Amino acid sequence: MKAYETVIGLEVHAQLATESKVFCGCSTKFAQAPNASTCPVCLGLPGALPVLNKKAFSLAVKTALALDCKIETLIKFDRKNYYYPDLPKNYQISQYDRPLGRDGFSEVFIKGEKKRIGIKRVHLEEDAGKLVHSPGKDTSLVDFNRTGCPLLEIVSEPDMREPLEAYEYLVAIKAILRYLGVSDCNMEEGSLRCDANISVRQKGEKRLGVKAEVKNMNSFKAVKEALVYESKRHREALENGDRILQETRLWNADKGITISMRSKEEAEDYRYFPEPDLVPFTVEKEKIEEIKKCLPELPKAKKDRIARDYKLNEYDAGLLVREVEIADFFEAASKSCGKPKQVANWLLGDISAFLNAAGIPIGKAALKPEHLAQLVSLIESGRISGKIAKEILPNVINKGISPAEIVKNENLSQIQDGKKLSVVIEKVIAENEKSVKDYKGGKEEAIRFLVGQAMKATGGKANPQKVNELLKEKLKG
Amino acid sequence: MVNSCAVLHSCLERIERLNSKINAFVHFEKENPLGQKGTRPIAIKDNISVKDELTTCASKILEGYRPPYDATVIKKLKEKGYILMGKTNMDEFAFGSSCETSCYGPVRNPWDLKRIPGGSSGGSAAAVAADLVPMALGSDTGGSIRQPAALSGVVGMKPTYGRVSRYGLIAFASSLDQIGPITSNVADCAELLGVISGYDGLDSTSADIPVPDYTKALVKNIKGMKIGVPKEYFPEDGLDKDVKEALLEAKNIFKGLEASLVEISLPHTKYAVSCYYIIAPAEASSNLARYDGVQYGLREEAVRMVDMYAKTRTAGFGEEAKRRILLGTYALSSGYYEAYYLKAMRVRTMIKNDFSEAFKSCDVILTPTSPTPAFKIGERADDPLKMYLSDIFTIPANLAGIPGISIPCGFSGNNLPIGLQLLGKPFEEETLIRLAYAFEQNTEFHKRKPNL
Ligand SMILES: [Zn+2]
Repeated sequence: MKAYETVIGLEVHAQLATESKVFCGCSTKFAQAPNASTCPVCLGLPGALPVLNKKAFSLAVKTALALDCKIETLIKFDRKNYYYPDLPKNYQISQYDRPLGRDGFSEVFIKGEKKRIGIKRVHLEEDAGKLVHSPGKDTSLVDFNRTGCPLLEIVSEPDMREPLEAYEYLVAIKAILRYLGVSDCNMEEGSLRCDANISVRQKGEKRLGVKAEVKNMNSFKAVKEALVYESKRHREALENGDRILQETRLWNADKGITISMRSKEEAEDYRYFPEPDLVPFTVEKEKIEEIKKCLPELPKAKKDRIARDYKLNEYDAGLLVREVEIADFFEAASKSCGKPKQVANWLLGDISAFLNAAGIPIGKAALKPEHLAQLVSLIESGRISGKIAKEILPNVINKGISPAEIVKNENLSQIQDGKKLSVVIEKVIAENEKSVKDYKGGKEEAIRFLVGQAMKATGGKANPQKVNELLKEKLKG
Repeated sequence: MVNSCAVLHSCLERIERLNSKINAFVHFEKENPLGQKGTRPIAIKDNISVKDELTTCASKILEGYRPPYDATVIKKLKEKGYILMGKTNMDEFAFGSSCETSCYGPVRNPWDLKRIPGGSSGGSAAAVAADLVPMALGSDTGGSIRQPAALSGVVGMKPTYGRVSRYGLIAFASSLDQIGPITSNVADCAELLGVISGYDGLDSTSADIPVPDYTKALVKNIKGMKIGVPKEYFPEDGLDKDVKEALLEAKNIFKGLEASLVEISLPHTKYAVSCYYIIAPAEASSNLARYDGVQYGLREEAVRMVDMYAKTRTAGFGEEAKRRILLGTYALSSGYYEAYYLKAMRVRTMIKNDFSEAFKSCDVILTPTSPTPAFKIGERADDPLKMYLSDIFTIPANLAGIPGISIPCGFSGNNLPIGLQLLGKPFEEETLIRLAYAFEQNTEFHKRKPNL
């Protein structure tokens, strides 16, 4: 096989978290009765006119700034004309030649290496509705509740070279959107959507290969899987000398394959032209500076600061800042117990695993930063073992009971008392003659078995350090 | 309670007797005028949304459509005690200058029933001319208020773009459309303009500029005002002999009122019609895309969705609408956009600049409204280019966004009305009203009525 290179670019659509739609006053809330949240404007009734939602616009600018984009000073909207029943005007109000932001970037970590992914453009547009296909009938119904919800389109440069980079890029974009509080980023509910452009070329080739546009991926994992599949498909085709068609393909998650939807030959001409119902306006430089000043600390800055202030490595710091809630939790717990490394280990290890398995976001868990701080302190002071800590963790997370209280109520404190431990140890020595013999004969590791037996006998409450010391002492004689 | 207003009863009597002759009204309100409060009967062009009342743009594709909301102008009229009498006939979607493209059949000019009343607001103009109502609302995209006002012998004004909210006006070409009054005299025009004008938060293109009391401009003294006469609007050929003479006489009347006439030039006028017939159809092709049979209006069933679209639009739109949709779609298509749409937008800026330049040396501009008086029904129906030239003198004001008024200024040899047009600076409708009123009060043209 020749050496190939995959080239990936992503288009992310994020629904902006505004109360009302982008060009009318209707609510953006989900799960309402079909067509409950509609009015003449978003239904595209004859004579109704759009009025720009200023909040949506400022959230869009905020995001573009956070992605290091240049902000367009003359803002205008355009009509993208195409026919589809979920688009009541049969045109979408979008931005064409003057996206509100362009030429930005986002940073990702790939195998410990920093990489910059360019952001080509960021623009504001209106969402379409939803077609509901009635099973068993040859008719479809339209729900216009989502029609006119504000959408931010973020288009990357074709800077990604493997599916993992695409995945990491999405994680980074999501983190930024969440930090800004501009979108819920819920892929299942459709508030975050992603389409991918992928092509493969021979290494060293400057021109891009023939691309496929992949749609219908409803999780980051699906994006990665679809891209792995496509990358392989393209490579095989090139290797076999097959022609690759420029086409749109749909990811089928059940089958794990992509299926051709339409080829480029049938692609539409959108006949973009300036939206005459909205007046172009200028954004003052001062206004942009003002929004810039109000930006919160973003993932990259937070990562650098956390690594520096808490003496963590960049990798761990990077993991902590993926979600602002975890980063905040980490900082609060670390400040409270003064042991950031341990806090990070628990947070990124057992706690994350538990929360992920339960599907609970950290913000919604009963676990509070003080609890984790207390847990770490209890271990560090030797009052409980790591094993006990792991055992009580589910109760702390689920019920929000403080670790000290659980330890007290369930009598889980470590046995530190030499006299109590001596009794146990003597019993262990008496019952395990073989291991004692092995140890005395120079088999150092036999001590581990004996310590284990002592731990077992105390229900894990013995301080293993202490047991070890006492055992060695007694076996010396 | 039955409304006992005398004007209302006379309107109802005349509509009953004459509407079948001229076909001005196409729908009457569900809410009977006699049950409405108020004292000012008014007719509404069929492209302005009235809640729960048929609003069809005289197109089959909007068959049965009743908007669930009132246009902003309708809200204002209802608040101010106007009695809505019904919807008036028009060219389909306002595409035309003769009212021959209506799905309800042509409107007949009250001055000669074999002739067109002008268009596209021909139903409104004819209704006022025949005294079926004292006033009406029209809409003007390239002359659709002023040209029928001239051809029907009434007063019609297109306000500055942004003066009157377009919310609820079914769009033809969004950057050119404007609602305006059609009335039997200038005083009514001033009154109605004051009622419908003003900023509207629902229309981003409406202007946040205070509305003056236009009736204060109803003064007869125009001494010292400067009237610009653009040579491009008085071509040697292409202007009907009677129109030419009426305008010459009008100049003399203004001179007699001690206004001064200055010759001006609007050099890009010759490009206005071509420029307009790129921009207007381009916007229209997009605005009319929504009539697809999905939500409202006509639907022709088919198994496949695209076939439903095609069948519905084929059956629902008339010839002229189809012609403009095709023109506009073509002008916006990739590969042609630069050469047509963008170029037309640049020409539009030049036309606008022509006016700004001209207004440095005059207060208003005087032109004929239409190159000819009303023509016969069918006379130009097969020649779209000839039809398009009917609006040659009115189109530039829409491209420039400036206000214009047409008032009666004479009659042809065969007793057909002739109108003059005054064009003003943006948001200076008062100046137009002042000059129009002075002219009207010093002439007798507005007093002559058609013999029905
Ligand atoms: Zn709405």
